[in-house]
Amino acid sequence: MQRSGMISIWFFIGALLLAYGVLICGSGVYELVAPSAAAAARAEANLHWDGVDGLHVAIWWGALLIVMGAFYTFKFAPRKGK
Amino acid sequence: MLQASSRLLSLSSVDLAIIVLYFIAVLGIGFYLKRYTKTGEDFFLAGREMTAWVAGLSFLAANLGSLELMGWAGAAYQYGILAAHWYWVGAIPAMLFLAIVMIPFYYISKTHSVPGYLKLRFGEPARAFSAISFGFMTVLMSGINMYAMALVLKVVLGWDISLSIWVSSITVALYVGLGGLLSAIFNEVLQFVLIWLGALLVSIIGLVEAGGWNGMVARIHANYPGQNFTHMWSTLGSFKDNPMGIQWVAIVFGLGVFISMGYWTTDFLVVQRVISAKDLRAAKLAPVIGAAFKMCVPFIVILPGLLGLAVLPKGFLVGENAISALHPHSYNEVLPIMLARYCGPGLMGLGITALIAGFMSGMAGNVSAFATVWTYDIYRAMFRKNASDAHYVSVGRWCTILGVLVSIGTAYLVMHFKSIMDYVQALFSFFIAPLFSTVLLGMLWKRTTPAGGFWGLLAGTMSSIGMYAWVKIDPAAIRFIALSPYAKDMAENMFRALWSGLICALVTVVVSLVTKPKPESELVGLVYGCTEIPSEGDLPVYQRPIFWAGVVAAAFVVLQIIFW
Repeated sequence: MQRSGMISIWFFIGALLLAYGVLICGSGVYELVAPSAAAAARAEANLHWDGVDGLHVAIWWGALLIVMGAFYTFKFAPRKGK
Repeated sequence: MLQASSRLLSLSSVDLAIIVLYFIAVLGIGFYLKRYTKTGEDFFLAGREMTAWVAGLSFLAANLGSLELMGWAGAAYQYGILAAHWYWVGAIPAMLFLAIVMIPFYYISKTHSVPGYLKLRFGEPARAFSAISFGFMTVLMSGINMYAMALVLKVVLGWDISLSIWVSSITVALYVGLGGLLSAIFNEVLQFVLIWLGALLVSIIGLVEAGGWNGMVARIHANYPGQNFTHMWSTLGSFKDNPMGIQWVAIVFGLGVFISMGYWTTDFLVVQRVISAKDLRAAKLAPVIGAAFKMCVPFIVILPGLLGLAVLPKGFLVGENAISALHPHSYNEVLPIMLARYCGPGLMGLGITALIAGFMSGMAGNVSAFATVWTYDIYRAMFRKNASDAHYVSVGRWCTILGVLVSIGTAYLVMHFKSIMDYVQALFSFFIAPLFSTVLLGMLWKRTTPAGGFWGLLAGTMSSIGMYAWVKIDPAAIRFIALSPYAKDMAENMFRALWSGLICALVTVVVSLVTKPKPESELVGLVYGCTEIPSEGDLPVYQRPIFWAGVVAAAFVVLQIIFW
């Protein structure tokens, strides 16, 4: 739905995903740089699967969120006269 | 918010930032949309301006509560892929039936609610019975969802139960109270996206660890030799052949016909989202879009449960009653446990946000539907018929707060009397199956009379309660209700729905045949044969809802064959 002057819900979703992507991708990069600190943070999760550490999931999932977020943010950004 | 109590995992500052951002976003949307919510039509039906996509996604998100997410993931760990029946045969046919057969009558009648339709078709007694039972059940279910969510946050993260309940509930009350259904729907679309992005990772990484689908099946067979957790239909020939203690008649007719049709076509919690669509075509497309996504939900709910069977130590999770120092975690915790297994800082915050979003979308759905039914079908119908539109909007806002407060009270009640959860689940099912028979006969059979509708609904509900009480008093009676002494609770629920739906239909037909029907002039817009349904013949095939319903139905059949 789009009433006159109303910001699209997809813009809100895009902005949030973009912010999440930056945070998650950033933490993934940090984990790559300082793995010991990140591993210590996860030590409490005694069910942790060690194999996941080599996948660097936070980096590519964060990157995916950045791409999706940027697309929706710019495509549905409120513009003058629209 | 964090306590130093024992917990499964802890959150980093990035995780907390992600959760805080989520709360800011949903509240921001609520405050932003308040300026667009001025009339009753805006507040209770989002101005009837939703596109098919927005209505369809919120239709599905309102159903994805915390019990739905964590409960069915736990059921998949307990019963295997049989739990997917509640997403496929227990949802898809009903959603498509709603789209193609029932939506035209809800939409053309311009009703504000399902009880409102009953008023137009059968009169005040049927509406009053339906509205009061719906309002009562909705806030109770909302409270139970709230408690379930807070309990998981306590077990997994060590968060205080009361603080979780109050913070989440006040947030929902604020954004629904400010922007009404418009705000609830907008946030549900946001929550739907977050649920998927937060939970999808568990399935993807889980399949990597298990070695794909075939690797997962092989591991499950190795962990649980002699038990079949990975077939949907081939074990349903007998009650004794599957872990759920159920057979195909209960699944097809109890679940697929009465429970599922009752829930998806007459529960105002979900129907409200569809009748907020901008036109009839969008209203028909919305459940079809919802059905397409619903078919995919097992990938983020059922699959994590199956992966838990494959990769967690054998018997790691147990039933609520078997929790001990040796086995501290229940089936219902399988989803957060799998999150803990795979997600590091950042991703864990996203996963927990997905669980909170699921809880909030379910609660907002309950609360917005409650506010509408209370305002239009109880307050306006029984207490103040001719007030101004602004007055009813104000009542709706206060009802939202009231609904949340009663839900919080229910959550505390459940906390102290946990068996209430079982009873309320059963109570909720009492009203679903009979209501479907009543609404369906009312829509499709002109001869159905107001007396037939009311007495049929009453008889169906009372018979369901009677059957439940019979089995509670004499557990051996299950062999009569579910047709087998080997049947378990789930089978009893399905058969009870089947019998109560049939009893409702039978009484409705018999009473209708001996009472005076309404003249056809009063049935225009309400009943098949008296209502002109706009033709879609001028649209290209690919724009017609019936075409996409056919595509979804074909995909549904293929899935049943693949996982037979």
